[in-house]
Amino acid sequence: MSPSALTITSVDKFYGPIDRGVHAVKNLTIEIGKGEIVALLGSSGCGKTSTLRMIAGFEEVSRGAISVGGRQVHTLPPVRRNVAMAFEGYSLYPPLTVRENMAFALKAARLPKSEVDAKVASIAKLLEIEDILERYPSSISGGQQQRASLGRALIREADLHLLDEPMGQLEPQLRAVLRGRIKHFIKERGLTAILVTHDQTEANALADRIAVMEGGVLQQFDTSDRIKERPANLFTGTFVGEPPMNVFEAYVGAAAGRINLRLPDGLSLDYDKDAFSAPVRNELLSRERVVIGIRPYAVRRSKEGVPARVSANQWLGDQTHIAADFAGGSLVLVEHDRTRLDLGAPINVSIDPKNLHVFDQASGKAISHGMELA
Amino acid sequence: MEHTSLLERILRGVALTLVVVFFMFPIAWIFMMSFQTNETILRIPPQLIFEPTLANYTALITGKLVTAAGTLDIAFMRNLWNSVFLSVTSVAVSLLLGVPAAYAFARHKFRGSEDIAFTLLSFKFAPALLVLLPLTLYFQKLGLANTYIGLIWVYQLICLPLILWIVRGYFEDIPADIEYAYRIGGHSWFATFRKIALPLAGPGIAAAGLLAFIFAWNNFVFALVLASADKQPVTVGALAFITSSGIQYGQISAAIVLSITPTLALALYAQRYLVEGLSLGAVKG
Repeated sequence: MSPSALTITSVDKFYGPIDRGVHAVKNLTIEIGKGEIVALLGSSGCGKTSTLRMIAGFEEVSRGAISVGGRQVHTLPPVRRNVAMAFEGYSLYPPLTVRENMAFALKAARLPKSEVDAKVASIAKLLEIEDILERYPSSISGGQQQRASLGRALIREADLHLLDEPMGQLEPQLRAVLRGRIKHFIKERGLTAILVTHDQTEANALADRIAVMEGGVLQQFDTSDRIKERPANLFTGTFVGEPPMNVFEAYVGAAAGRINLRLPDGLSLDYDKDAFSAPVRNELLSRERVVIGIRPYAVRRSKEGVPARVSANQWLGDQTHIAADFAGGSLVLVEHDRTRLDLGAPINVSIDPKNLHVFDQASGKAISHGMELA
Repeated sequence: MEHTSLLERILRGVALTLVVVFFMFPIAWIFMMSFQTNETILRIPPQLIFEPTLANYTALITGKLVTAAGTLDIAFMRNLWNSVFLSVTSVAVSLLLGVPAAYAFARHKFRGSEDIAFTLLSFKFAPALLVLLPLTLYFQKLGLANTYIGLIWVYQLICLPLILWIVRGYFEDIPADIEYAYRIGGHSWFATFRKIALPLAGPGIAAAGLLAFIFAWNNFVFALVLASADKQPVTVGALAFITSSGIQYGQISAAIVLSITPTLALALYAQRYLVEGLSLGAVKG
């Protein structure tokens, strides 16, 4: 990895007194390389914004250390950290026009006016806000304000760009276009960016690596492909991926050269014991109960599979999402063709052990992904 | 207003006129009295038609009050100046102290911050007369009695809590992220306060200052007890019109007209801020 742009070491954040207040971020350690784009992904209240604000210096670090470009910054005021930030609430200065708001960010850098103008123009073009540069924040839409705020962050040359939900207010088409452009912009200039989002599509599209957070704890920090293929635990498995992973509790049984996973409702997934690799098989047989997860894309309909009953069938224009009552819960499968299945229709599904994710029943930690141990 | 019927507009007009007449009548009457002599004022029944005289105003401005018993010196212009000086400096001092304090209370939750803010507000709960007795004794010991500094200090009891609490609400209304955005852009904490927080809270600060000015101007008891003739504001000075030869209604009226003019002018000028400031700041603070 290239030299580190940001190092967060064992950081805790308490709101209120240390060890007694609300523990928002728990023992977080992350290292981000120069030129990397990292997404902090998680649901509301998972600690991702707290983390971002600690990096920026708006929240105190209760314990631990943060370095930007090798400099310890967590005790410095925001002004001396050399980071730029786009705020979720836009936070444009009301008495200034969009152009002035963006140019303002460069004021501290004391650039000549022509250079400032050129920079504003190029960023405005990138974000498609050229026609509102002379307007005031109160007279433009939320999406435009958001782009202006994003522009104000991107225009600066900082060691680190922090983007808090930078595209939440944009229309889907524009969002898709801007994602590509912004990624290109950041990569071209070799900037390092941290993006906070709850939208996994955005995280996938923009980020090189994704840090999944939940309950103040970093669950997994990896590329989006690896998070999908090898989720570290049940949370990442079900949180990342659309539609979400199907999960069922299962009892592991072995008989006459076969392994079966007994599901609720008397159903069972029955496999030849050689269908699993030796380490996975041993790991499975050493346990009584596990949680199994299957991505909707990996569930196949077949003649001799386990029975299920269709409870919903949605054609999304490019794929079909079929939900079925299965093993006391619901199973979602995705097919690429339009499928004519009526509600209540019986189907049979089969699951290839290569696509099976197995998690520990108590801790939720991943045990195996397909043929490999986690 | 476009969708209202004629009847509604007429009724609205009548109602407004009634309200205006009700509230403006005393002021209008005083205004008329200020151009009359005591004889015409005390005529029964009162008459709307009289021969206006500027005698009251000349008496006030020249400082010579001619009564049946002789000529009296009155220090009305001096009092007016005292009022202006005391109110303006008190409000200025309060703004200087109160605005940064309000900002601190709004932005930084430190240990005991709520308690301190509430203590400052509680200065307004205590009846002035209760505070005055010990205060007078202290002030006499300290040599602050009958000094401008002492009076301005006591006036902080009126102005400071008012400004602090109204302005605090205003600062709280400014999203903190706007300030953070400025700070992260390479500006110091103080620059952020000056360039972002102060201008955005401007209307609130103006409203609070104006309100504090009016309260300071109208104060009576503090000045009555703590100030002698040459430091008295108009509110106390008006007592001089109760003379041994009777109450000088004409001069009192003229004095009232002169003394409400500055506050009235200020209030009319800043009416918009005042309403905005009170409805936004004080309620939320």
